[in-house]
Amino acid sequence: MKFSVEWLKDWVAVPGSVDELAERLTMAGLEVEGIESAAPVTSGVFVGSVVDVQPHPNADRLRVCQVDTGAGELHQIVCGAPNVRPGLRVAAALPGAVLPGDFKIGKAKLRGVESGGMLCSADELKLDIEGDGLLELPADAPVGMALPDYLKLNDSIIELNVTPNRGDCLGILGIAREVAANYRLPLAGPGLVNVESGISDTLPITLSAPEACPRFAGRIVRGINADQASPLWMQERLRRCGIRPISVVVDITNYVMLELGQPMHAYDMRLIDGGIHARYARPNECLELLDGQQLALNPQTLVIADDRKALGAAGIMGGKASGISTSTTDVFLESAFFAPLQLAGEARRYRMHTDASHRFERGVDFSGQRRALERATELVVKLCGGQAGPIVEQIVDEHLPARNSIDVRQSRVTQIIGCSIDAAEIDQILSHLGLTPERTPDGWRVIPGPARFDLTLEIDIIEEIARLYGYDAIPSAVPRGGLNIGMANGASDADRRVRDVLVDRGFYEAITYSFIDSESNLRIDPASNPEQLLNPISAEMAIMRTTIWPGLLKAARHNRNRQHERVRLFEVGPVYGNAGAGSAQSTLVAGLACGPVYPLQWGASSSAADFFDLKADLESVLQAFGCDAAFVPATHPALHPGQSARIEIYGKSVGWIGSLHPGLRGEFDLDQPVMLFELDMSVLQQRPVAKARAVSPYPSVRRDINVVVHDGVTAAAILATIRQRAPAQLRDLQLFDVYRGQGIESGKKSVTLGLIFQASSSTLTDAYVDETVGSIVAGLGDELGAVLRA
Amino acid sequence: MSELDAIVEAAVAEATNANDKAALEAVRLQYMGRKGVLTEQLKSLGKLPPEERPAAGQRINDAKEKVTGAIEGRRAALEQSALEAALSAERIDVTLPGRGQQRGGLHPISATMQRIEDLLGSAGFEIATGPEIEDDFHNFEALNIPPAHPARAMQDTFYLPGGMLLRTHTSNVQIRVMSNRKPPLRIIAPGRVYRCDYDQTHSPMFHQVEGLLVDEVSTFADLKGLLVSFMRAFFEQPDLRMRFRPSYFPFTEPSAEVDIWFGEAGNGRWMEVLGCGMVHPAVLQNVGIDSERYSGFAFGMGVERLTMLRHGIADLRAFYENDLQFLRQFA
Repeated sequence: MKFSVEWLKDWVAVPGSVDELAERLTMAGLEVEGIESAAPVTSGVFVGSVVDVQPHPNADRLRVCQVDTGAGELHQIVCGAPNVRPGLRVAAALPGAVLPGDFKIGKAKLRGVESGGMLCSADELKLDIEGDGLLELPADAPVGMALPDYLKLNDSIIELNVTPNRGDCLGILGIAREVAANYRLPLAGPGLVNVESGISDTLPITLSAPEACPRFAGRIVRGINADQASPLWMQERLRRCGIRPISVVVDITNYVMLELGQPMHAYDMRLIDGGIHARYARPNECLELLDGQQLALNPQTLVIADDRKALGAAGIMGGKASGISTSTTDVFLESAFFAPLQLAGEARRYRMHTDASHRFERGVDFSGQRRALERATELVVKLCGGQAGPIVEQIVDEHLPARNSIDVRQSRVTQIIGCSIDAAEIDQILSHLGLTPERTPDGWRVIPGPARFDLTLEIDIIEEIARLYGYDAIPSAVPRGGLNIGMANGASDADRRVRDVLVDRGFYEAITYSFIDSESNLRIDPASNPEQLLNPISAEMAIMRTTIWPGLLKAARHNRNRQHERVRLFEVGPVYGNAGAGSAQSTLVAGLACGPVYPLQWGASSSAADFFDLKADLESVLQAFGCDAAFVPATHPALHPGQSARIEIYGKSVGWIGSLHPGLRGEFDLDQPVMLFELDMSVLQQRPVAKARAVSPYPSVRRDINVVVHDGVTAAAILATIRQRAPAQLRDLQLFDVYRGQGIESGKKSVTLGLIFQASSSTLTDAYVDETVGSIVAGLGDELGAVLRA
Repeated sequence: MSELDAIVEAAVAEATNANDKAALEAVRLQYMGRKGVLTEQLKSLGKLPPEERPAAGQRINDAKEKVTGAIEGRRAALEQSALEAALSAERIDVTLPGRGQQRGGLHPISATMQRIEDLLGSAGFEIATGPEIEDDFHNFEALNIPPAHPARAMQDTFYLPGGMLLRTHTSNVQIRVMSNRKPPLRIIAPGRVYRCDYDQTHSPMFHQVEGLLVDEVSTFADLKGLLVSFMRAFFEQPDLRMRFRPSYFPFTEPSAEVDIWFGEAGNGRWMEVLGCGMVHPAVLQNVGIDSERYSGFAFGMGVERLTMLRHGIADLRAFYENDLQFLRQFA
């Protein structure tokens, strides 16, 4: 809500600077989002009266004007505007004047004729006033008055962020009420004018949905002249409050809305058939709105209708058919109260948001309809002429909002705020808020006014007390409580440990969006059926990811495109279940490696990271949690079929590691092999507590064996066979060489292993170890066809 | 000068001039060897009369000691210079960079979250989590935001089929925790949140940490005290200027927004860093907590905003580009 400080001062005599006012509004909960001046600074511009206009002897388009600026003598000013004419009141910039943009006015000769100044257009004064040519001032503008004084340009516009609970501050009156309470000042403002009715015409009003519209006031004004612009002062006030002037009748309804917070509507009487009804829309009823939009009305939508048709969507927007035009001579003015709960969400349902709906949804003063109607009538009659009929007002009392009394305990005030506030001060605060406090044995009984929809509970009043007492005045205390040590959060601890391990191993952490494009998710995880957003921002952010890889691949591409040859990224983040089970969310850690094993450095050869480099990183993560994982050769749609493994822990599949399928590189715009892993964090979160075993004091014995097997025999199979055949004294098993080539039959490979034996209760004899190794080798022969290499 | 003195002088000179170990050994053999000059002298003692023998023997032994001393001294000097030569040959350029893997870095958002968790953890707040795909009840209704409440327009929501939505704040976690546990409660809920808003200053996904304290005695003054000490610790500025100004959230009352003064004393501005307030009694009642016996406060902070302020990051979008040049600055 933007408002003009000059307008506010009609209502409350605010002392001090605008900055101070802004500070106090902000600290009272009406956050000031901006302050701007109403117009740029001009000097030397006065209200002038054009006394005479003569053709320019040397130019067809120019005229020579004599202008009275109250200085006793006339100024001769050459002017090219087509609308200059004798009798017009204009903005005359005299020699020495400075217009916005530091545009200095002096004496000049225009085509041989002396010109002492300039007659200004709104544009030249940088005023946001519509109209071509010279700015036309009203005929009663006092000649000789400085223009900024006349137009009250020395004004500030304050923009407030009005929170949804403070609908009462969506008008000058409401803001003034708040300011008056804050400064402890009285509220003034234009009094209630009762416009005498000169005619007796009325329209019957029927409230057939009183729960939605319990109060409706209306009146006819006949014989008006709607074919004119509203006066400059009104246009300026509207403009400063952010509303564009349109035509006099519409401007008046907007003016009253801004002033009193009560949205108004005016109908052209010619287009109303019979009486006025506030009723719900009928099945299949349609309405063409003022802005030309066709609305298929919903049966829960309240409409204002005549006997035959809907005239407008109540509290949202009027209909086009009954709208005011320049030829309108008779109007029907509406000032109604629509229940906030009935109207809540209605406008949004039609994807609309209007000044009226904004106010009605938040609640307007339900006692103010007659006052607003009188004010509007006063302005219509004054500005457009015409005769007003009597006010017809329908009220269904039981559907008007209740204003029950609220008991406020002083002890509760202290309990919530945490400091003791003097009862007299609370008393004063409550009075200034218009809550008519009465003392009770343990506090106060208050009754909120009709404009406040946010005050129904004791806590609401406590907030008001805290607000006006000043949050700054409330001391800071230290929370008290038992020194209870909570349980460690396994998930959070695991997240941190994983991050630390990967960071230590050279990875940077990435954070990528939870919603991604459907295509890349499908490319990586074709079996998924991800949750789809109903209202995504774009196709790029349309589905809830089931894998982190697309995000990392895009981040890798971003970096490769920015000349980062070596990319190591990981993310610890959520993925979501399939459609219908999206809330089955799990946390994964995913990693990506692309480019050289080591950052470019001296004394180290540079080769591209392969499967085993990333596997070591992943193993490092697993080791940090004491996890014993199996890497099972398996195919994944996104991974190279010969370079991918499923990660299994305790027999459960918990993730994947491999090289991005070469066929997908193009998809993600990557021209190099990319290694990826993804692991379910939940297995790490269940990290078992390590149990200690005694350290053996006896020496260990090592035997290396070198066996030749078929190429297809996996390392895992060899290791598993050895472990299975070995006695408990096998303490460590190391695979330290794999060789293919000369000396080894084609299709076979030689594998060298170190077996380390140690017993806990004795020294092992060579004979025992040799016999054990012999039986292990025999087992490898039986199960895997392994032959001891000579 | 006696003959013996001349021998010693010659031997010492030769030892001192020996350029390497072999030459020195040759000198030793020449004088001290089995047929060495001094050894021969000793053998010739027998030819002297017995009464002269002890004095002559003493002189020869003195001479031998002098020569031995000279040889050993020279040997030590040769060894020392050999060692120095070897060390000198092994000299390396210690200013060359270290080899091997280099450390990566945490995302600044993560680092900030951990920082918040640690600071509030030290005040007894435990970490709690909840789902990001949430139902209307936990995200809105239980938080005193009924359908069509104007506050819903404050938080443009992403919707999913089946009436589900992406949580617009981590406040859903406070409802889940309060429904399952009894006060006293001190929790923080860090995590991703989503709002349907995307421009220079809004990201459709961002991070929040929400805090909740419910106890028999907890007041707005306590809330102020906790947040003042938290913010000062977070920004490492014991004199950080802060202000609490009234605001509105449906689930807290009284509510406040907290601004910190950012910049120099005379040339700065207030920056909003978090929202907070006393838990609305209706929220406590919604989760079955007696709002007469217990009161509580809640606060929610935007992790991106705090990170931007702490590190001087100007553009929100940098957080999600994951540009290594950006990420490296915070390692």
